[in-house]
Amino acid sequence: MDSALLVHRLQFAFTATFHYLFPQLTMGLAPLIVVLKTLALRTGNDSYNQAARFWARIFGITFVTGVVTGIPLEFQFGTNWSYFSRFAGGVIGQTLAMEGMFAFFLESSFLGLFLFGEKRLSPRAHWWSAVAVCTGSWLSGYFIIATDAWMQHPTGYVVMPNGTVELGSFRALLFNSWAGWQYAHNMGGAAITGAFVMASIGAFYLLARKHEEAARIFVRVGVVAGLIFSALQVFPTGDQQGRLVTENQPATLAAMEGLFQSTPGAPLVIIGQPNVEKGTIDNPIVVPNMLSMLTYRAWRAEVKGLDAFPPKDWPQNIPLLYYSYHIMVGLGTLFIAVTVVAGFLLWRGKLYNARWMLWALMLSLPFPFIANTAGWMTAELGRQPWLVYGLMRTADGYSKNVSAGNGLFTLLGFLGMYMVLGILFLFLVHREIEIGPTSEMAAGH
Amino acid sequence: METIWFIIVALMLTAYVLFDGFDLGAGVIYLFIARTNAERRAVLRTIGPVWDGNEVWLLAAGGTLFFAFPRLYASAFSGFYLPLTMVLWLLMLRGIGIEFRSHIHDPVWSGFFDVIFSVSSALLAIVFGAALGNVVRGVPLQPDGYFFEPLWTNFTVANPPGILDWFTVLAGVVALSALTIHGALYVAHKTEGALSERAIGIAALLSPVQLFLTVASLVATYVVSPDLFANYRAHSIGYAVPVLAFGALGALLYATRNGKAGTAFSASCVYLASMLVGAVFAVYPVVLPASTGASYSLTIYDSAAGHHGLMVGLGWWMLGVCLVAAYFVFVYRMFGGKVQVEAEAEGEAHGY
Repeated sequence: MDSALLVHRLQFAFTATFHYLFPQLTMGLAPLIVVLKTLALRTGNDSYNQAARFWARIFGITFVTGVVTGIPLEFQFGTNWSYFSRFAGGVIGQTLAMEGMFAFFLESSFLGLFLFGEKRLSPRAHWWSAVAVCTGSWLSGYFIIATDAWMQHPTGYVVMPNGTVELGSFRALLFNSWAGWQYAHNMGGAAITGAFVMASIGAFYLLARKHEEAARIFVRVGVVAGLIFSALQVFPTGDQQGRLVTENQPATLAAMEGLFQSTPGAPLVIIGQPNVEKGTIDNPIVVPNMLSMLTYRAWRAEVKGLDAFPPKDWPQNIPLLYYSYHIMVGLGTLFIAVTVVAGFLLWRGKLYNARWMLWALMLSLPFPFIANTAGWMTAELGRQPWLVYGLMRTADGYSKNVSAGNGLFTLLGFLGMYMVLGILFLFLVHREIEIGPTSEMAAGH
Repeated sequence: METIWFIIVALMLTAYVLFDGFDLGAGVIYLFIARTNAERRAVLRTIGPVWDGNEVWLLAAGGTLFFAFPRLYASAFSGFYLPLTMVLWLLMLRGIGIEFRSHIHDPVWSGFFDVIFSVSSALLAIVFGAALGNVVRGVPLQPDGYFFEPLWTNFTVANPPGILDWFTVLAGVVALSALTIHGALYVAHKTEGALSERAIGIAALLSPVQLFLTVASLVATYVVSPDLFANYRAHSIGYAVPVLAFGALGALLYATRNGKAGTAFSASCVYLASMLVGAVFAVYPVVLPASTGASYSLTIYDSAAGHHGLMVGLGWWMLGVCLVAAYFVFVYRMFGGKVQVEAEAEGEAHGY
């Protein structure tokens, strides 16, 4: 691989991956904060307001980190991927510009009101500001997903005589079938992160016997939301996402599943190491015929393996793609197991005293972040070698006028900057957890 | 249609300069006028609820530029690779400085975040001015429509140009001074007592300097790119813009002398807007002049997106900008009124 291309890819991958650790938490927490504010309005019980205030402080820190790490992404299309921008700007510029106009302004305007305005606003108006922030962050997610969905499955474009693409149909771009399911699946993932973080911190307080009233709210809301979204993540959203990949990116499906040879009654590989050189899975544990069943709803259906496609159209990093996909699915299964057991204990009224379960909830905090990251790696590594599936190869899209040395300079800068940012973030969140939910209005921020 | 989008992008950038300009300027003077912790928190309070929304104008303008003029976006952003990336770093540092300060109640770290916030604000003002200077001077566009500019070459405007030369540094200084005045007047208007007086004092000190810098920058522009005045010669109505700029400067000088911060802030808005309009009027319909020959310059016609896309965009943009205007009116109303230093001193006890 050309070293400039590698540097540009690494920089985008690194900055996007690091960035998305934060929005998945804010997008996941936002609706839960709205739930807490709603419960506070309905019941008049101030402990819900205390809980909402605590999470608003965590939300505020996470939001700022998400904003500052998100700014580079809007600009890197131009700085690092200028050939792609020139090629596709007429189409994806639409969704990116709409994100700015419809989502960023909404979020940022009402976040100030939500964080600073509790004393100035009536409880109802403050509730509305929480709803506005939540709407803004979820809209923002849609425009980004619509952009990515166009790169995964381009629709609504026309090719111009000079080789670039322009908008053909706004409706086809905005309501791309791929975008709908990808959005549902992605937001489900974000909701799982929010739910698990909430439940995890609640479990920590219960184990430490601190802030127990608020902690029970955290655990209850977190476990219920976690259970709902973990289930939806498998069916229908994950299942439908898989069918879209099967139909539109068959080589990607083969690489994700580690299927080297086309075969009827294809097995589902649960564990094993792909050996691309030999075209086999080492140390496999498989479920016979299961892949055929999942993809085509028939035990003996033929599934195309990688051998059905020319190697130049294979995703370049098959093992990493395979592992990303398997980690995502494995963790998704774990989330269902954890939330089903915790949900059962909650229903029986035994959860708050089941210390082993609280330990499990507390320790599960990092896994949704890993699962979301692995999911995005599956989507983006799976799209390779294409930048825009079937239209433009990644190797043709980077800024050929920016040398590898200049790219490495900024990549190292981002690495250093984000390391400091990550440490600061953890430190500040740790502090908020130490302080905990308090009755003081507008304490903290 | 291309002209409409040219105007829209110019409007969005102007909105960015007027809105984020005052919080950048507040950052520049922050260390000089606010001495006690309570005063510093008071200054941060004046911009706290709005700075992020103001900064969104830059993001939204960038997104709109990408959408309406993809070829310009691709060329300019990759050609200005290094300074743009540094702008991103500065924006990050600044956001961290403002927000994280309020979470760490330790004098040592507060001081650290104060310096981060102030220095990054000043550098951003300079870089934005220098960026505008680069556009006015022209960049070394190649036949393929791309270029790459190093941070500096020999500090002259001759080829090969760098991001920084005497002309763009001058533009940076003009921007720094203008935004410092703008921010000082905003803080003066939003606060009371000694803090407010110190802020307006800075504006009063800098306004004559600004008058001198404005004249110097016009002369320098004439020396560097005489062709830029062609639009003015062709349409003499354009001369109204510099007249307006100088009129606003006059009003600014008068109002700061008399301690009228609100009036002076309005004058500063008019001044900044007319300076930007003046530059935009001069370059139109070129959006990125080439120092390598006028035939390589990017115009709105050869950098715009397809007609259908621009039509569709006009629809949602109109809707979007109405919503944005409503949010801004609402938020600025909610946080209207003066920020009290005493309240901030009390707030310390509760750990804002």
